Amino acid sequence: MENVNFLYELFGKNIISVTLIVSLPLVFVLIYALIAILAELKVSAWIQERLGPMRTGPWGILQPIAEVVKLIQKEDITPDKSSKLLYNLAPFVIFTGAYAAFAVIPFSEYFVPSGINLGLFYVFAIGSISALGIVMGGWASNNKYSLMGAMRSVSQLISYEIPAAMAILSVVVLASSMNMQEINHQQTGWFWNWNLFGGPGSWTKIWIIPFTVLLTFIYFISSLAETNRVPFDIPEGESELVAGFHTEYSGMKFAMFFFAEYANMFVVAAILTTIFLGGWNSPFDTFLQGPIWGSFWFVLKAFSVVLVQIWIRWTLPRYRVDQLMYVGWKVLLPLSFVSFLAISFYVMLK
Amino acid sequence: MVTEFGIILLYFILGFLFVGIALVMAALIRPSHPNPIKNSTYECGEIPIGEPWIRFNVRFYVIALVFLLFDVEVVFLLPWAIVFKQLGWFAFIEMIIFVVILLVGLAYVWGKGDLDWEKPKPYIAKLEDLVLGKKKQ
Repeated sequence: MENVNFLYELFGKNIISVTLIVSLPLVFVLIYALIAILAELKVSAWIQERLGPMRTGPWGILQPIAEVVKLIQKEDITPDKSSKLLYNLAPFVIFTGAYAAFAVIPFSEYFVPSGINLGLFYVFAIGSISALGIVMGGWASNNKYSLMGAMRSVSQLISYEIPAAMAILSVVVLASSMNMQEINHQQTGWFWNWNLFGGPGSWTKIWIIPFTVLLTFIYFISSLAETNRVPFDIPEGESELVAGFHTEYSGMKFAMFFFAEYANMFVVAAILTTIFLGGWNSPFDTFLQGPIWGSFWFVLKAFSVVLVQIWIRWTLPRYRVDQLMYVGWKVLLPLSFVSFLAISFYVMLK
Repeated sequence: MVTEFGIILLYFILGFLFVGIALVMAALIRPSHPNPIKNSTYECGEIPIGEPWIRFNVRFYVIALVFLLFDVEVVFLLPWAIVFKQLGWFAFIEMIIFVVILLVGLAYVWGKGDLDWEKPKPYIAKLEDLVLGKKKQ
């Protein structure tokens, strides 16, 4: 499939368009992270019937900027007993892993940085790199809390990667493609063409809808676990492990962990949007469908998913480790296999 | 000019550079007064006892092995998932058998209790159990 990119058409295939393609998502991530931090503070406050930050700027909207300024000024402590090289490398690995995933996210019909055919496979593979950064940082800190946080992170990743993979695989079966732009093109039209509702097809697809809805929830739950969000935040459970894998980190290195977490949240929300919620397609056929509206719909859907992630964080308590393993292996894994077999059977019959 | 995978490489480079620039920028602004107490391992103010880098029971060793099997399975399933419609019923049933064999393995591990976090405690024989006539019921 040809990669249609408005920057190539505007400037031609030269250094300007390539620079813009590579750096535009970074600008987007920076702005998004500030908004998401504010949203987290405000949503948590409203859920708990508080006001949240009110002093910095009108209604406290400058709070995230104040936090960044604070973190830049903080002293950076490297513990004497830590493994220096790995300790310093961990923030690089974790953020690079999060940012590299943005390379295949289709922001609009006319803007996907890299339209490779392996899109979904690439995103899935790159998603594990941030866990590598967590293990690196946790082990290199030479701190008992950090090491336990890192180990828990590994156990969590290996328990939830398979259900997430099966959900992605089912979409690949349904769409017969791993190209994210191609999957989006297939879901054009009314919202019942989305993969959440079984993808495009005649009314015979009705029996498949429960399975696709189930897979959407399986992917969403697994993505919460992979980004270490509540209720799966045991790698950094404050009440037991201080701050888990980033206990020893301070200043800008801590900020990078924080930043990577928010970037990862957006990445999983964007994948969920692309493979199940129709990506940049308008829910109402040709209503507000177009190149600029496309990015609007995409960002709106992805932000809604991020908002649900924040909402869940302030609603549910944290899982215990054994409960976490139970949910991953004994509930999500069998369900995802059943749905996968059902969907491949449906595609064979079609 | 740049291939699609070249752009992905550029993403890696930019992500790395961004962290580097942010850390260097912070290094220019922030104070730096290290001292031995500040640089010691943080353990809520207590003096740390023992080393964290020891061998300990990771508990999910068997689960990690099962994970590896399923991960390899996913890698096999991905190319199949794109072309299985053209390959017809034979390839479909073939792959179902492959998946079912792995699921049988999962059922076996499940039945054996290796997916549980709490492991049954091994019975360690004590000296008095071995002495004749003093065996406890």
